[in-house]
Amino acid sequence: MGTGKYRDNETMVRAIEASGAEMVTVAVRRVDLDRTKEEGILYHLDAERIFLLPNTAGCYTAEEAVRYARLGRAAGLNDWVKLEVIGDQRTLLPDVAATLEAARILVSEGFKVLAYTNEDVVTALRLEDAGCAAVMPLASPIGSGLGLVNPYYIREIKRRLSVPVIVDAGVGTASDACLTMEQGVDGVLMNTAIAEARDSVAMARAMRLAIEAGRLAYLAGRMPRREVAVPSSPLIGMLDGGAGADD
Amino acid sequence: MQATGDDIEITLNGEPRRVPAGLTVAGLLAELGLHPGLVVVEHNREILERARLAETAVGPGDVFEVVHFVGGGY
Repeated sequence: MGTGKYRDNETMVRAIEASGAEMVTVAVRRVDLDRTKEEGILYHLDAERIFLLPNTAGCYTAEEAVRYARLGRAAGLNDWVKLEVIGDQRTLLPDVAATLEAARILVSEGFKVLAYTNEDVVTALRLEDAGCAAVMPLASPIGSGLGLVNPYYIREIKRRLSVPVIVDAGVGTASDACLTMEQGVDGVLMNTAIAEARDSVAMARAMRLAIEAGRLAYLAGRMPRREVAVPSSPLIGMLDGGAGADD
Repeated sequence: MQATGDDIEITLNGEPRRVPAGLTVAGLLAELGLHPGLVVVEHNREILERARLAETAVGPGDVFEVVHFVGGGY
């Protein structure tokens, strides 16, 4: 789960708990020197109980993302990074060329890189080849709540990659999360869907159930889709005189 | 922090600031009310490991970025 945009820290903590999330992302920003007495996010999140994943939120170039990743690692929690290099301010879609460049640098420096990307299968394969520990294709734009707009490509990415595939960005409500997990992916990362729900804790709970349901449905092996109807009841044994009674 | 005659000028989080001469980076953090375990310091574009905060001097014209984790998904 992302930790941004909550109305207050207490809601954030309760939502994270209700969601069952095992990992949360945090951003790296300048300390506000006029407010140094306020408690930072580490006061509210226990790094011993939940894995804190630094991200490179807000970065628009590979150089910036690498700088932020290094700062995140220097905090001393771990050497993981959720790599984001944004290419367009309106859609917040990733700059995949810059993401690949930053990924290569960070992998060579020993980071475990989880890379935010779009649904392009070729880019996902290149990120895996570059050594990323996970690939994170978006469902739809960050904060849009549009849900999974391209299930075909997400399914194909999951089929083709060996590293974990975690869908990140665009989930809006529980059915989106369920549908995403039904594609076979390894997880979902979300923030706005919970933070901007009227009742964040209830939505977090819904997401937890939805993700479990989607995963179970995937593992259960769904029935095929068909363009014709197939009746569920036997055709024999109908009474005489009915429309479907002829042999 | 009281400005005195023995001040030097540094850049701190993008803003110019006068600080007492002779501080170490650890001392600067203490003056700012910051816990060294909760922030990361970049000194002239190089990340300063925590172990070196007390041995690194704050010099005139130095550029510091002091950052920490905040909530944020994107």
